[in-house]
Amino acid sequence: MSAEKSSTYHKNGTPLPAGVPQISRRQIYENRAKRRSIITASLSTVFVILLLSFLIPLTPGWEEVKKSFFDWNILVKVFPALLEAFLVDIMIFAWSSVAIAILGLVIAICRNASSPAFYPLRLFGTIYTDVFRGVPVILAIYLIGFGIPGLGLDRPWNNPYIWGSLALILSYSAYVAEVYRAGIESIHKSQKAAALSLGLSQMDTMRYVILPQAIRRVVPAMMNNFISLQKDVALLSFIGPVELLRQAGVYKSLLANFTPYVGAAIIFLSVTIPATRFADHLIQKQNKQRSQ
Amino acid sequence: MAAKLKLENVYKNFGTLQVCKGVNFEVNESELICLIGASGSGKSTILRCINLLEPIDDGRILLDGIDISEPALDPMPIRQKIGIVFQSFNLFPHMTAVENIMLAPKRVYKKSVAELEPQINELLQRFGLEDRASYYPDQLSGGQQQRVAIVRALAMEPEIMLFDEITSALDPELVNEVLDVIRTLKEQKMTMILATHEMGFAREVANQICFLDQGEVLENGTPAEIFDNPRHERTRLFLKNVL
Repeated sequence: MSAEKSSTYHKNGTPLPAGVPQISRRQIYENRAKRRSIITASLSTVFVILLLSFLIPLTPGWEEVKKSFFDWNILVKVFPALLEAFLVDIMIFAWSSVAIAILGLVIAICRNASSPAFYPLRLFGTIYTDVFRGVPVILAIYLIGFGIPGLGLDRPWNNPYIWGSLALILSYSAYVAEVYRAGIESIHKSQKAAALSLGLSQMDTMRYVILPQAIRRVVPAMMNNFISLQKDVALLSFIGPVELLRQAGVYKSLLANFTPYVGAAIIFLSVTIPATRFADHLIQKQNKQRSQ
Repeated sequence: MAAKLKLENVYKNFGTLQVCKGVNFEVNESELICLIGASGSGKSTILRCINLLEPIDDGRILLDGIDISEPALDPMPIRQKIGIVFQSFNLFPHMTAVENIMLAPKRVYKKSVAELEPQINELLQRFGLEDRASYYPDQLSGGQQQRVAIVRALAMEPEIMLFDEITSALDPELVNEVLDVIRTLKEQKMTMILATHEMGFAREVANQICFLDQGEVLENGTPAEIFDNPRHERTRLFLKNVL
């Protein structure tokens, strides 16, 4: 602060007129308030952590829990295999997310079709989103994942990867379609008027004018959907695919220890936390742009 | 000579609100007509009806003697003949100036960029936009945006241009660069209808002035007739307030 006090120049290099205090009262006040809030936040955080690390070991079951959930040796031993199983999650996520992005858009466009000839499409779109948003994802996975192979299909069509992915795709497309629709409706109607007045067709107006703007606007909201998809891939473990959660379950039974689950949690978090922060960053950037 | 565009007894309601109550006027080829009147007198609505962005409730709109207000008609080919420029520019924000201009000719007339380039470059040059072609709308001033919007409409080679208070959203020092565009178009014999609050400009360029009051054409005539010898008390009052 002494450096600031001795400076007789503005930040932009122009000399300050004589008689103007080099640092304003307001600045001094704000600097002090900022310093105080940083100190308060650090102190209270340290205090809570100390309190927890003191209190938790006092609980009667702590030693047991520590042994069965936080065994370092077991974690080191199973981690490489867990990582390998996570590749399966990534694979399922990869193809499902592409299909969801496309199917969701198709459903959203169906729901937006205004011509009476397209009424069946609109009806279909509405029923689709109602049904799949109304059913828990795990239930859709059970019904489709067990139901369709139950029809007695031959290999490879009895594969749980296919039908499990399909269940995820169908459920998530309903949510994603609603996000797209919100984006389409957020584009001001003057844009549509401008496009139509130039003689563009309804379809070209949607494709070249409305959708590009709508999709750009919903990317951050869309990312949140895909982050939860990343986690929900683990639900497929209930119908067979040996992905991360299932693999952790196998080790749990094998070693009679819950540490593999903690390992699985660490792996999921290492992906979802950066992705969430990135989505937040995008949303913030967009808000800033819009308020300009 | 038959009128290029003719409005016969046009009625337009928004719910219970009557916006046009039997509007009549006609525009001849290469004529410039200015619609003046208070806000809410129906100027913008009339332009939107002519461009078929709003369906009319009664009456007829004739383009070259053909009724274009016929509800069963496909509006697309008619809109191609009638360009409109809005008060709020309505450029597509995700496209550069030149992409804004080329979108409709590319999609509707199926022309390639190479085919369009000479014509578009000529338009950009004529309206002083040649060095702004690759800018996005938010990198342009209001006056530049409005000129891009005008070029975008002109690129469809319309037979009539409608201008809906195109200088009302501009800073005062930018108004003239946009009005100059209209002066240029008048020299080129474009048929134009302007809804405007710029009385001095209307007097200078218009062949005909229509004074609208509460959804009706109260009187029309040459600029001299309307501005110097208004017949109606309401016209007199309006002009006294705005001049």
